[in-house]
Amino acid sequence: MPENTQEAERVQEPQATAKKVSRRQMLMTFGVALNAVAGVLFAIPVVGYIFGPSRRKEMKKELAWVTLGSLTQFPEGETRLATYRNPFVRPWDGDTGNIPCWVRRISADKFQVFAINCTHLGCPVRWFPQSGLFMCPCHGGAYYADGARASGPPPRGLFKYDFKIEGGQVLIKAGQVPTLAQPPSQACLDQPRRCECA
Amino acid sequence: MRLTKDLVDLAGWFDRRLQLGKPIKEAMEHRVPRNTASWAYVFGSASLTVMILQFVTGICLAFVYVPSAAQAWTSLQVLNHEQSFGWFIRALHGWGSNFMVALVLIHMIQVFMFGAYKFPRELTWMVGVLLLLMTLGMAFTGQVLRFDQDAYWGLGIGASIMGRVPLIGTPLVHAMLGGPIIAGETLSRFFAIHVFIVPGMLIAFVGVHLLMVLKLGINEWPMPGRVVKRSTYLKEYHELTQKDGVRFVPDAFRKDLVFSGLIILALVVCATLFGPFGPKGQPDPTVVQAVPKPDYFFLWMYAALALLPPNMETVLLLVGPVIAIGFLIALPLISGTGEKSWRRRPVAMLCVLLIIVSLAAFTHLGTSAPWSPEMNAWSSEPVPAKLLAGRSALERQGAVVFQAKQCRNCHALGGKGGQRGPALDNVATRLTGEELVRQVLQGRGNMPAYGKNLSPAETTALVAYLKSLHSPGEAPARDASLVSAVPTPETSADGPGH
Repeated sequence: MPENTQEAERVQEPQATAKKVSRRQMLMTFGVALNAVAGVLFAIPVVGYIFGPSRRKEMKKELAWVTLGSLTQFPEGETRLATYRNPFVRPWDGDTGNIPCWVRRISADKFQVFAINCTHLGCPVRWFPQSGLFMCPCHGGAYYADGARASGPPPRGLFKYDFKIEGGQVLIKAGQVPTLAQPPSQACLDQPRRCECA
Repeated sequence: MRLTKDLVDLAGWFDRRLQLGKPIKEAMEHRVPRNTASWAYVFGSASLTVMILQFVTGICLAFVYVPSAAQAWTSLQVLNHEQSFGWFIRALHGWGSNFMVALVLIHMIQVFMFGAYKFPRELTWMVGVLLLLMTLGMAFTGQVLRFDQDAYWGLGIGASIMGRVPLIGTPLVHAMLGGPIIAGETLSRFFAIHVFIVPGMLIAFVGVHLLMVLKLGINEWPMPGRVVKRSTYLKEYHELTQKDGVRFVPDAFRKDLVFSGLIILALVVCATLFGPFGPKGQPDPTVVQAVPKPDYFFLWMYAALALLPPNMETVLLLVGPVIAIGFLIALPLISGTGEKSWRRRPVAMLCVLLIIVSLAAFTHLGTSAPWSPEMNAWSSEPVPAKLLAGRSALERQGAVVFQAKQCRNCHALGGKGGQRGPALDNVATRLTGEELVRQVLQGRGNMPAYGKNLSPAETTALVAYLKSLHSPGEAPARDASLVSAVPTPETSADGPGH
C-alpha cells in the first residue's frame, strides 16, 4: 500500500484578505516584471549571436578584392575556370573556402568574370567551349558565352563579379555566395533593388 | 522465492517515492475500442520505435563524427572504413531516416483515411503535421551533415531559395549559412539544428502527441454512416470502449509489438545488405564536375523545381509551402465533424490518391532528370550506324558537327543522349530545311541560338544531316505555302530517306 504523502502534505489555499493579497500580489507582479527584464537582457545577446552573420555592418566587411592569377593565365577569346580563397574564412573551413568562377577574356583588358552559381538555384554551371554554352547540371539551365540566359529555368543571366587589373593580376571583388537578393557586383550592394545591373 | 520477494519490495520502495506505478498501469490498461487492435493501427508506434533507434545510432555517430567543414568528410570515411561497426551504425542511421519518413507518411495517410483527425482529435493531427515537418527537417539536415558534394550544392539550393525572399533575402541567406559563404559555420549550424534543436522539439511534441492519444482515446474503426457530432461523440466513444473495448496492453499492443520488431529486423537487413549512404565526392566547390542530387524523399521537390513555370517560380516556391502546410494544419478545423469512413469520403480519397500519384510521378522524374542536359553524351555516345548509312559526305560531316557542337547533350539519337530537347531520329518529318536553319541559328523555346558558334559551312552540313533524319516510309516536312497539295517528285526526293 503506497503511502500517499502528497495528499497529506497538501496545504489548503489560504483564505487571504484583500490586504494580504495586495502585498503578495505586488511581490508576484514584481517577480514577473523582474524575470521579464532579466529574460530580455538574456535574449538580446542570444538573438544577436545567432543572427550576427546577418548584420549589415558584418556583411559589408566580407567583400574584398582577391586575385585570380596573372593575366597570362587567361588567353584572349577563351573562358577559363579560376579559383580563389574566399577573403572571409575560418581556420576550419577546409576546401569550402576555395571558390571557383569562370573568367572570360574578351580582349586585352576586357573581361567578364562569372559566378559559378546558376542564377536559378545555385548549382555549379559548366563551360562547354565547343558549343559556347554554360550548362547547369541540376535543372537544365543554359547560358551563352557572354553570360546571357539561353534557356531553362534561370530568371536572369549569370552573376558577374566586379573586376580590375592591377600589376598584371586579375582581381575581383568577392566574398559572398551570390544569390538573386545579393548579386556579387558591388554596384548592387548599395542598390539592392537594381539587381539587373550585375 | 526469496529473491522475487526482495525485488518486489525494492520496486515498492521506489514506487512509494516516485508514485508512477499506478498512473503507468492505468495508461497501459486503458480501454480502447476492440476494432482498433488492427494491423492498420501499427504505423504510429513503429515511427516511434524508429525514432528511438535514430537517437541511439545518432548518439553513437556523434562519438566519432567531426562537425567541421575541413574534417567532416574524412571522419565519415573513418566511420565507413576504420571504426569497428562504424559503417553499420551509419547504415542503420541512414536507412532509419528513410524508414522513419516512410512510416510517418504512411501513418498520416492512414489517419487521414480513417478520419482520425476529426473531433476531438484535431490538435493531435496538428501536432502530427508539425512532427512530419520535423521528420523531414531531420532528413534534410542529416543529408547536410553527410558533408559531401551533394550536401554542399544542396545548401547552395537552400541559399538560392532564401535569396528569393523579398526585402530580407540577404540577411536570411547569411543567417542560414552562418556567414557569407557555405563553409565551416554553415555545417556547425546544421549540426546544432540536427543534433540539439529538432530532436529536442521532437521529444517534446511526440510527448504531447502521445499524451493526447491517451487522453482522447484511439480513433475507433470508422463505420459508414456513423457520423461525428460534437454533442454526442465523446459519450458514444466512451460507451464503445465500455461495451466493446479491450485493454490497450496487452490486447491492442500485441500487433504494435510484432510490427515494430519486424521493422527493426527490416532495418537491420537493409543496413547489412545495402550499407551506408555515401559520402560522395569531397565538399570542394572547385570540383565543378558535380551533378548534385538530393536524397530520395526530396527528389520530388528537385523535380518540381525544374518543372515549375519560371515566371511563377518565386511565388510558388515561397508561398506554396506556406499554403500547403497551412492547409494541412487547418484541415481538422475545416472538416472537424461528419463522416469518418473512407467509403463515404470519395473526394478526400481522390485527393489522397492524386497527391500520392503526383509525388510518385515527380519522384520518378527526379531519378532520371530528363530536363538536365547529359553532359557527356556528345563524347561518349557515337551516332548510330543506322543513322549514317547511305548519307552523302556533306550529311556525314553534319553528323560530325552534331556531335562536336554537343547537340547530343540535349537531343537523343537512337535512344541515346540528353532528353532536354526532342529526340531527332525523325526531325525531318517535323521541320523543313528552312525551319531547321532558323531553329539552329536563332534558337526558339528552350533551345539556345547557335548562330555565333557555327560557321556557315558547319550550319549547311548540320542542316543537311538533320534533313536526312526520317524513316524510309515517311515523307519529309514541307512548307505548305510553297508547294502544291500533291507532292512533286522534287519535294519527295528531299533527302535519302533511310
